[in-house]
Amino acid sequence: MFRDKDRFLNVLLISPSILAVLIFIYAFIAWSVRVSLSKWKGLSADYTWNGLNNYFDLFADPRFQIDIRNTLIFTGVFVLGSILLGFILAVMLDQGLKGEAFFRSLFLFPMAISYIVTGVVWRWLMNPASGTRTSGLNLLFNNIGLDFLANQWHTTPTLGIAAIALAAIWQMSGYTMALYLAGLRAIPEELKEAARIDGATELQIYRHIMLPLLAPVTLSALIILGHMSLKVFDLIVAIAGKQLPLDVPAIYMWQITFDGLFYGRGAAVGILLLISIAVLIIPYIRYTLKTEAEQ
Amino acid sequence: MKTRFHIGKYWLYVPLVLMAVFYLLPLYVMIITGFKEFSEIDLKTMWNLPHGIAFDNYIEAYSKLAPSLWNSFAMVIPAAVISSALGSLNGYVLAKWKFRGADVIFPFILFGMFIPYQSILIPLVQFMNLVGIKGLPGLALAHIIYGIPITTLTFRNYYASLPQELLEAAKIDGADMLGIYRHILLPISMPSFVVVLIWQFTSAWNDFLFAVVLTGNTDWPITVALNNMAGSQIISWNVQMAGSLLAALPTLLVYIFLGRYFLRGLLAGSLKG
Repeated sequence: MFRDKDRFLNVLLISPSILAVLIFIYAFIAWSVRVSLSKWKGLSADYTWNGLNNYFDLFADPRFQIDIRNTLIFTGVFVLGSILLGFILAVMLDQGLKGEAFFRSLFLFPMAISYIVTGVVWRWLMNPASGTRTSGLNLLFNNIGLDFLANQWHTTPTLGIAAIALAAIWQMSGYTMALYLAGLRAIPEELKEAARIDGATELQIYRHIMLPLLAPVTLSALIILGHMSLKVFDLIVAIAGKQLPLDVPAIYMWQITFDGLFYGRGAAVGILLLISIAVLIIPYIRYTLKTEAEQ
Repeated sequence: MKTRFHIGKYWLYVPLVLMAVFYLLPLYVMIITGFKEFSEIDLKTMWNLPHGIAFDNYIEAYSKLAPSLWNSFAMVIPAAVISSALGSLNGYVLAKWKFRGADVIFPFILFGMFIPYQSILIPLVQFMNLVGIKGLPGLALAHIIYGIPITTLTFRNYYASLPQELLEAAKIDGADMLGIYRHILLPISMPSFVVVLIWQFTSAWNDFLFAVVLTGNTDWPITVALNNMAGSQIISWNVQMAGSLLAALPTLLVYIFLGRYFLRGLLAGSLKG
């Protein structure tokens, strides 16, 4: 089916992109690995072999332990919050109410905005000042009689990162809503009708029929949101700058590499992030391509 | 037969409206703060509506952010156009002109969509310095290349959905590979181009990580400039709010007018397109 002159043209057309991906992704990853195994610290490159010492030092660094703790808290709050909220919104919008399209667009619009904008606005909404300097959401809570909700937000000791996750939920829950809504729409109406005829209540239908059928959507959402929370960076920088209590691996990597010039350790953080994400994403890509091939 | 009247379902407007308020709160503050006069600005009255319509804050924010807004446009437009064009060609080859190993290569391209850029950041900066591509052109190049996976995926899925007969008929008529692309696929690819262009525009416009390591203070795009503005002690919160709206406006407008395409890009990004 290939004409002679088309035989290599296809390879020729795609090769610039393949070359770019090969260099900018795979060669660069290898290069990063090499840097992470070096003693490079300072302005000029130093590839003196250092074994796995950068990794050992990293795990011994109390700052990196804060990072791991923060990442775990952030991931827990952000992923669970976005999935729950997204699911509830999708179910509500699936009831065929008037104005559905309006609400759907509204819940999704934060996705179009950058984390930096979200962060800059939320840092004022989550202003922790108290007394006469109270402002932002705390002020709003006071005004509408919900004083008990007022809190220190991201400046709360230990759990401050959860407040950042709140802003992230604001930004991303529309995305899980869209995923669930697409999933709900793919479920044939007859299935629900049949269950109704059998006397199932709406709640039972969602609990016993829809939820199991939506399991693949939940899996996607878990993986996509989970990998996003491992990468979280700009949102925290915009809300709080580079503060130790709100540190995460991405900020650590940025600061220790470009402020501290400790390239060896910075690269090690990057590679650890890559490994933790690869563990989630590679099986996901394989699973997706496999289901696609079966269809 | 759907005659039973769901009185039960109208109460849903209560939580829906409450949620709408939650999503709109930040936008509300951004907008009303922007329209206040400097004399009205007080954190204690930040939720109050402005007394009139003034543009003090927007003018002040624009005067500070204008150069970086234009930097963003200058970088984002070529980045979006070039990576979309590459994605279309790649998708065409990977869907309709598979070579040996094409199905092996594809997942390796896809993986690039998800990698944490921290794992390639040091080599990227070193490489750009080495080849002497500095500032905005370097940033545009990074967005073009790291955009290839998602643009390729979107086009591949679209072209794969087209029936093979479409190509076969053209081949019988004597069209070659590029002819088929130009005369048959390209004209019906416009919706996919819109999806991919919007997606690339939005993600390059909103990017901070590449921007902060690849550009300096003369060519900062808007995200970096806004973040620095917010971090400085001299510029007050009202100007930051107005600046945030200016920074969000281009992608927000794209979303408002082309939301349908935006959503398709979003679902493609989770491999669900």
